[in-house]
This record gives sequence, C-alpha cells and structure tokens, in this order.
Amino acid sequence: MSEPQVHTLVATVQDHPGVLTRVASLFRRRGFNIASLAVGHSEEPGYSRMTIAVEGSADEVSQCEKQLNKLIEVDSVRNLTGTAAITCELALVKVRVGASDRPALDKVTCNYRGEIVDVSESSMIVQMTGDQDKVDRFLDVISEYPIEEISRTGAIAMARESTHRRNG
Amino acid sequence: MSSTNGRPTNAVNTDSQIARSGGDVVCDAILEAGVDVVFGMPGGASLPFYDALYRYQDRLRHVLIRHEQAAGFAANGYARATGKVGVATSTSGPGATNLVTCMANDMMDSVGVVYITGQVARPAIGSDAFQETDITGISIPVTKHSYLVLDVDDLPRVMKEAFYIASSGRPGPVHVDIPKDVFVDTTTCAAPQSLDLRGYITPMAGDEELVARAAEVINAADRPIIMAGHGIDISGAAEQLFALATRGNIPVVSTLHGVGTFPETHPLSFGMLGMHGLAYANFAMGKTDCIIGLGTRFDDRAVGKVDEFGPDAKVVHIDVDPAEIGKVLATDVPIVGDLKMTLERLLPLIKHHDRKAWFSQLDAWRGQHRSLDIPESPESVLPQEVVRAIYEVSGGDARVIADVGQNQMWAAQHFWYEKPRMFFSAGGLGPMGYALPAAMGVKLADDRRDVWCVTGDGGLLINIQEFNTLAAEGINLKVAILNNAHLGMIRQWQEFFYEGRYMGAYLDNPDFAAVANAFGLHGVGATTREEMHSAIEMAHAHDGPVVLDLHVDQVENVYPMIVPGTGVASVIEDPR
Repeated sequence: MSEPQVHTLVATVQDHPGVLTRVASLFRRRGFNIASLAVGHSEEPGYSRMTIAVEGSADEVSQCEKQLNKLIEVDSVRNLTGTAAITCELALVKVRVGASDRPALDKVTCNYRGEIVDVSESSMIVQMTGDQDKVDRFLDVISEYPIEEISRTGAIAMARESTHRRNG
Repeated sequence: MSSTNGRPTNAVNTDSQIARSGGDVVCDAILEAGVDVVFGMPGGASLPFYDALYRYQDRLRHVLIRHEQAAGFAANGYARATGKVGVATSTSGPGATNLVTCMANDMMDSVGVVYITGQVARPAIGSDAFQETDITGISIPVTKHSYLVLDVDDLPRVMKEAFYIASSGRPGPVHVDIPKDVFVDTTTCAAPQSLDLRGYITPMAGDEELVARAAEVINAADRPIIMAGHGIDISGAAEQLFALATRGNIPVVSTLHGVGTFPETHPLSFGMLGMHGLAYANFAMGKTDCIIGLGTRFDDRAVGKVDEFGPDAKVVHIDVDPAEIGKVLATDVPIVGDLKMTLERLLPLIKHHDRKAWFSQLDAWRGQHRSLDIPESPESVLPQEVVRAIYEVSGGDARVIADVGQNQMWAAQHFWYEKPRMFFSAGGLGPMGYALPAAMGVKLADDRRDVWCVTGDGGLLINIQEFNTLAAEGINLKVAILNNAHLGMIRQWQEFFYEGRYMGAYLDNPDFAAVANAFGLHGVGATTREEMHSAIEMAHAHDGPVVLDLHVDQVENVYPMIVPGTGVASVIEDPR
C-alpha cells in the first residue's frame, strides 16, 4: 500500500441543496479524511464543481472515488493528483498594523501579488490567492505581524489539458 | 435535506392532460413497476396517500402491518422472492424512523425497496411540527438514493427514477419523502419516457480483454474455486453459473446469500463458506490457486482472516459495483459488469480440465469433515433436526426465510437448496426480527410454494405483533420457532469467549403456541422428537398459517465455527 498523501479530486455534481450533505455523509461514514472542500457553480447550468482534497493512500483514495461515483447526483469524479493541474486557493488575512508598519506589509503583499482589500485605523485585510504553498509561504512571511484573523477557502483545481466530460 | 428543485433536466412537464393527485401519481408508479402489494401503516401525514390507496384498492393491495419495521422487512421479502421492487410506506416522524433499520438492511443486502414516507405539510417543515422529523437527513447514509418532493410536478419523474434506481445496477433502497400537501396537490405532468440520470451507469457485460484474461487465469488454474454470491441471484445468472462450473469442472462454494444459486446436491457443490460455513468449503478457500468471486463483496463473515483466504490464489472478481472490486482482496482480474452478461461472454472461453488432484483433496476433506452430520441426542431435540425435518416434509421445494443468529446458520446449513430465491435471510445488517415479516412478503409475492419462517425465540419476539397481520390477512405461513429459551448466538459466544459468563442471554419465554392461538393462528407446541415431527407434518398439510413452538436443546452450538480474526486452519468442529 502506498504512502498516505493529499489527493485532489474534482467532482461534477448536480446543483441540489442535498448534494453537499450526501458527499459529507459519505466521507464521514467511510472514514475518508477531507483536508479541504470547495464548491461552486460550474460552466454548466444545474451543475456544480467540487474540489475535494482528501488524505489517504492511493487505494483508499481510489475507493473514495468509486464511492463518490456511486452517489446518484455525482456525474463524474477525477483525481488530478499527479496530473498537470492548476490548483488555487484564496486567503483573507486581517493584520493588526498601525500606520508605521503599513508600507512594509504593503510591500510584502505586493511581492506575493496579493492585494490590500481593506484598511482601517488599526488593521488591514490582505487578500492572497495562489496554490497552497504560496499562501502558506506568505502567511509564514507575515507571521511577524500580529495576525488577528485568517480565513482560507480550500483549494479549487482544474486539469491543464482540454478535456471532454467523462461519464463516471 | 435533499430536494428535487432545480434539477437540470427536461424530465418533467410532459403534459398528460389528466390532473392527478400526488397520491394517485404514487399509486400509478407502483402499478407501472409491476408491484401489486404495498406494506404499511397510515398516519396523519400519509392520510391523503391512504385516500389514494382507497381509490386503488381493486388494483393495489395494501397490507396493514402492525409495526412499520415489519413493512420494510415484508417489502424486502417481496422484492427478493420476485426480483421486483418492494414497496413500504409509513407516516412522518415515528413511522418513518421505524423504517430506518429496514433501509439499512436493504442497503447491506442489495435489495430494491422503495419507501414512501409521509412528511408534514410544506409550510410546517422546519417548525418542529407534530410528528415532524428530518427523515431524508436520517436516511442518507442507509439508502441508495433519497428524495424530498416539494413540488407535485416533480413527483411522476421522481417515482419513475425511484423504481429504476432501486432495481437497476446494484439494487438498493430508495426513499421518497412526500409532504402531506404534495399528496393532495394535483399535476398534469407525466413521467418522462426516458430518464436522464447522467453519471448513473447501466451495467453492461464486462470488458472483453479482461474477460479473456479471466478465462486464461481460470483455465490455467489447478485448484480453482467459484465463490457464488448474491449477485448471481440478482442478475439471474444461475444458469450461467451452472454452465461455468460444469463446463470448466470447477467446484462451487456459496456465500450466505449465494445459497441455492448452484444446486447444493450437485457433486461440484461444496456448500456455504464462512464463519459457520462447512469445514471443507473453508479448507478449499485456504488451498485454492484461483478464486472466482461472482457477485460477492467478500464480506468479513465469509472471508475471515484475509491473509489466510486464498493466500496462494489469483483472484478473478466479477461484480456490478466497481467499489467492491479491490475493497477487501487484492484482485488480479477485476471485472465490472452485469454477471449474467459477463458470464455469457466468459463461458465460450472456458476449457474443461480434470483437476484430479484437487477433487480428490476436496472429496477427502468432505469425507473426513462431515459438517452436516447431526449428532445423536437422546435427551433433547436438536435444532438441526427441525431444519432437516422441514427439508424432508417439503421435499426440498419450500422457501425458507431464516431470522438472525443460530437459527439462520442451521437453516442455511441443513437444508439443501437447489434453486435460487429459495432461502432468504438478513445477512449484512443482521437485524433480528426479520424472518416473520419477510416471510409474509415472500408468501404474498408468490403463493405457489410453501413458505417456512425459521426463527429463534428471541428474533420472533422482536416482531411477534405480526401474528396479527398473519391472522388478519390469512397469510399461509409455516412458522417454526427453534425455541432454545436463549439468545442462542449470544449464549454460544459467551460460552466460547467469555468463559460462560452468561449475561442477557436467557429468555423467559411465553407459551408461543398459546400466544399464536390468542392471535387466532393455529399454534402447536412440541417438546419430544415425535411431537416435533408430527407438528411439522401437520403444518405442511394444514391449509393456513401455523405456528410451531419447537422446544429444542438449549445449549446446542453452531458448528463448524471459525473464530473471528483467525483463519480456516483454526476451525472449531463439532466435538461429538
């Protein structure tokens, strides 16, 4: 059995209120470990796309894909791990900074191609996008500032090559 | 909560001109599925559905059970006897929660049942109304699919999908929760001609290359064995299984649910394997060089210790559910497909081999380890004798529905099943109380054969209220209670693994024959061997429901037994 690692699954699912419950229930009852889950509309009306980062061995994740595929409202599942894929997540970070520290934080944010999205008297909110590594590194770099709040979305992912819909 | 809103299909709105109530839509869908019996109990939220059942009573029989759990088990029996879908219904809240055990049971045993539950009216949903419960939230993990129908226009499509999903692929329970006011609302929508279930795969024959590879592996094997599971039955592949075994000269063992898919008196049959399987069936699994798993999920009760299960064997696994392949055993030839179609493709490639050494080994084991010999018992009637007596009086042509526990194992072991769909029990979930209501469902589905409910005293007590249904509906069942005044399997485990510290194992039983008589059934008790035989003969001859309270040895154990977590080598055989 292979070593556990985080796999990125992308599922196309019907856009119903119950779908998320079904997916979450499946992961919980079969003991699959969700590292993150992001869901939103897809290019096709009535269908959502879920990106699920799941931790496990190749066998476990393969079982997870098969079980996901059995859900009636799941149209297709793809494991993007080890394939050429773009992954991206978004973080909002509220940093407690006074006027004197602002230029420095602004510069770091700029270097990481982030954006200052809010400035108040005693704090700033930084928006950072990119793959998990980049967001992690950015958070590491700014850890010297007093961080008040972090909110991260979890990754969304997309295969690089043009692909036809796979049925199951 | 699931909903049918916003589904991106053109599935609804085929105008049928005729306005139908939600309740009528459900009845029509049941009839269209070829189902003629609904098991259930009404309640406030399902009253409008019962008003529809009233209108349909000349075409659709409603059987009033005395506890919703019996409705689900009866529908399970109906489905398994016919290969059609069973239907059970309840009201909201407590009625619906009483069905949850049945859903879990169908899910584990791959049985297609559609559950219709009433829900509180739409405006009341979410308000903690009387008898409200989030039943679709509860049923998600124990159903193949579920719906909460919030618009009557969706109902024709939902009902058609429900029956299709329940019966196709790997069958399973589908739950349709319908608010009271949706049963009342009318719609002119008809079900769509064809369903749009994108991503739901209709099973086909297994991949041609893999089938060829399976044939190579099987033909090259010196010691192959077929493990026949429930899938044979579901796919209707018993004929193909027989052809595979006889053409290839390959011995067959079966799982609990596979019992009868291959004729058990055939020389190639080596009986049931597993924890209480026949010793020689399990020895065969230890020494085989090729396991041909057909429609089986390699359940832990069948396999035991995985490392000692065919340790030298190549594994060919054919199953309709991709998720079962490789779940338990590392598989050399994984084939996803419908069994019947796949075996049709495999058969022409199979060559006949003598396999003399293998058969002489198997036959030697079968001769030395006589798992089905019943020991002498001068002081008491043994439960195995009861099963054997039913076998003999029925000429083997009765259907047997067993409960859960010791009775289940004896009923599986000591009757030779020659055909599929003759022996039923709740294998995966193991809910005691299954046998009586399930047997009612079996009998109502098909009246042509005698139906014997073989149950323990403990299991009977769980749904004994169904004696009332038997009497009221005149269901011609033969109920044989293997009354050992214990939860027998509990007693056995406490004897084996807890040094005889019996806790909660003894049952202070009522006089079951008197209870049966009070319900208006024909109850007879028996304590001696002669009484037991004459009671069974009487039941066989009697035209009507009979309950036999058969007092059997109180401390008889089920043998052989493979202790959980150990392999076939450490099988415990009958010490007598």
